[in-house]
Amino acid sequence: MNLQNPKKFKMMIDQAHDVAINVLRPISRKYDKAEHAYPKELDMLASLIDGMNEGGEGINAGAAVGKKRGEVETGNKNGNNISTALGVIEMCYGDAGMMLTMPRQGLGNSAIAAVANDEQLERFKNTWAAMAITEPGCGSDSAAIRTTATKDGDEYIINGEKIFVTCGERADSVVVWATLDKKLGRAAIKSFVVPKGTPGMKVERLEYKLGIKVSDTAVISFIDCRVPAANLLGNPEIDVAKGFAGVMETFDNTRPLVAAMAIGCAKASLERIKEIFKDQLDADYKTPYLQASNLAAQIYRMEAEWEAARLLTLKACWMADNRKPNSKEASIAKAKAGRVGNEITLKCVELAASMGYNEDELLEKWARDSKILDIFEGTQQIQQLIIARRELGKSSSELK
Amino acid sequence: MTSMINKAQGLGLSLITKLAGSDVLDQLKLRKFVEKSLYQGSKAGFKALSQTQKAFKPKQISQQRLPQQQKTLFDLSLTEEQQMTSDAMSQFAQEVLLGLAHDADQTAQFPESLWQYVEDLGLNYYALPEALGGVATEQNIVSNLLIAEKLAEGDFSLTAGLLSTFSVINAITRWGSAEVQSMYLPCFAEDSDITATFAVQEATPAFNPYVLKTKASLENDQFYIDGEKTLVILGDLADVFLVSADFNDKPDIFVVQCNDSISIKNTPAMGLKATETATLRFNHTPALRLGATDFDYTAFLDLGNLMWCAMAVGTCDAVKAYCIKYANERTAFGEPISHRQSVAFMIADMAIEIDAMRMLVLNAASLAESGKPFHREAYLARLLCAEKSMKIGTDGVQILGGHGFTKEHPVERWYRDLRATAILHSGLHA
Repeated sequence: MNLQNPKKFKMMIDQAHDVAINVLRPISRKYDKAEHAYPKELDMLASLIDGMNEGGEGINAGAAVGKKRGEVETGNKNGNNISTALGVIEMCYGDAGMMLTMPRQGLGNSAIAAVANDEQLERFKNTWAAMAITEPGCGSDSAAIRTTATKDGDEYIINGEKIFVTCGERADSVVVWATLDKKLGRAAIKSFVVPKGTPGMKVERLEYKLGIKVSDTAVISFIDCRVPAANLLGNPEIDVAKGFAGVMETFDNTRPLVAAMAIGCAKASLERIKEIFKDQLDADYKTPYLQASNLAAQIYRMEAEWEAARLLTLKACWMADNRKPNSKEASIAKAKAGRVGNEITLKCVELAASMGYNEDELLEKWARDSKILDIFEGTQQIQQLIIARRELGKSSSELK
Repeated sequence: MTSMINKAQGLGLSLITKLAGSDVLDQLKLRKFVEKSLYQGSKAGFKALSQTQKAFKPKQISQQRLPQQQKTLFDLSLTEEQQMTSDAMSQFAQEVLLGLAHDADQTAQFPESLWQYVEDLGLNYYALPEALGGVATEQNIVSNLLIAEKLAEGDFSLTAGLLSTFSVINAITRWGSAEVQSMYLPCFAEDSDITATFAVQEATPAFNPYVLKTKASLENDQFYIDGEKTLVILGDLADVFLVSADFNDKPDIFVVQCNDSISIKNTPAMGLKATETATLRFNHTPALRLGATDFDYTAFLDLGNLMWCAMAVGTCDAVKAYCIKYANERTAFGEPISHRQSVAFMIADMAIEIDAMRMLVLNAASLAESGKPFHREAYLARLLCAEKSMKIGTDGVQILGGHGFTKEHPVERWYRDLRATAILHSGLHA
């Protein structure tokens, strides 16, 4: 039993921490102000990260999770899922929005890594892929997707509208969720890689948001947009028995990463607030909780919650690395980190008062950024539903 | 190493055989409990300890310290031995403790039949070093906490009582001077009837374990203890006490034998009833200082707090399991109440926070047994467990509604017991 970060990832974590402090933080406020401007500073960083990943043990921001290929190892394994989460925590400690808009590290890349066949993996290996799931009429209820994909010879014709596409304008391609047959429900939902510039695909507009402003959020329309049939990720057959499982499996790997983002963002606030109040805090934790000042007690409490969220996230990742089924644990990590991350960043603004609320500090920015982390990749309430159904042994038609 | 595994497996197997063949709830014994409780209820005020003084025959041994463990990768898997122990403790909790808990709480009596189980379970042997006939070859803090967690799935108070002697042996093995170890460890190894407990809590509001009213004094190379301790578990049954006291303006721990300078008063509390909580008054009681030069009072407290935390995790698991069953069976407005998000989400939150507590406890424990600093982690674990376990305790009653408020269901007992998690500092030891 050991819950400490594995030593073999120490260098990677240190590198990511350096990037956070020296590359991301200095431009954090600049792009919070200049919403929709492209953070060109990240191009060089992304190339550097690509180079490190060629060598094996580099930082990555999501593209590597979901890889289930390679030889089966026996014994305890600390692999891609843990190392990615540890890297993501540090990057988001720098700036969560920037991590979301890191070239070639999109959520679409995770989907490709998880479900693509070998030919597709090779063909899409250098693409920067965004992920398009949500529609104006369907958010959490992703089974209600209305975007259609109709087979026509060796092509699919895609029609529909997607919203909330992170990196939708900047990415090289978009992984689009569409249904082959609305009548067949979830089983008929497939994902397609649509390269930028494909006729019929158009970025309609970019959203103005509460936080993570550096990351562009696009509305994309598909009007008779034709893609090669070979761009359908995974199995083209509609397997009603297996249902939605194939598409949802990606979430078991990506939810812990969003949890890691929340942990990184909250780490920034928590560290800053401890610095601000260092004279009021007992560095050795020698003062019992009941004897601590109200201020100190609130900070210790946040720290306990933060550690819990962090360890639950590593647990979900560790299970994925060791190929243990982790749907419930992934949801537990996402639920806990989402709520705790938001609570901590908001509380830190409150404790620092006007100093926290003013734009001179980044505390107010982190408190805005953290909100989305309790929403996307499954809201707090969706995670609770998933966990409750598992615990109670209920189906989605019983526990709605 | 192999001898340890053989012994451990032997204990596990003998336990399972015992469980299969035992008729725990035999009627005669139950009647005896009720009679005893009526007698107990009529007692009031301080009296002499009823335990007769045991003669401890010291046997000279060299100072024992268990080696630390080495760790590299992140790893949540249990060793084969830990899995076996956990399974056996879970089974014991479900088949024995759960059945005894209601009456033990009601009569405020620790069931006598349980003492045989302490022996059968071989609990004390998990704590004793191999050199003294035990099975411990290295520090097994994670394993000790797993034992506590699994037992507490059966009952919180009974687990506290079952583990008090085990805890004292752990503390003496970890901290004891050669003199203290020579005096007590061989006796624990040879005589399974010796019971021991902690007297560390004081009746001070917002009690701070670093500021003690109980004083130790040194006269002619002999320590003496003066003061009062409360919430002492099984205080009237113990032969040996570990007592915290202020010595030269510093908190320290002393070992005291049951004798007539100690008086006792039954002090029933909100919960922990089965442990027969008592207040002890030490009147110039002769004592030995527990620790050698490596004694660390903070770590002593932390290793106690972690036990209560682990027990809170186990009992919260019991609350959750009970609520799941109830919410699925109880119907309102034509369907099970578990079909309502307001109920289902309370259960989801229980699952989230139980796992959260468990992670913090295991993290602190795994650091501790590998010899790393773990005070921060133990501090945060206690803080989280104190808050979350009480939340789960109160939600457990809430889900059952009015039924949860009655003694028909165990949730009100768990509610009272879980309140103790935030109150106790030390009192057990991993």
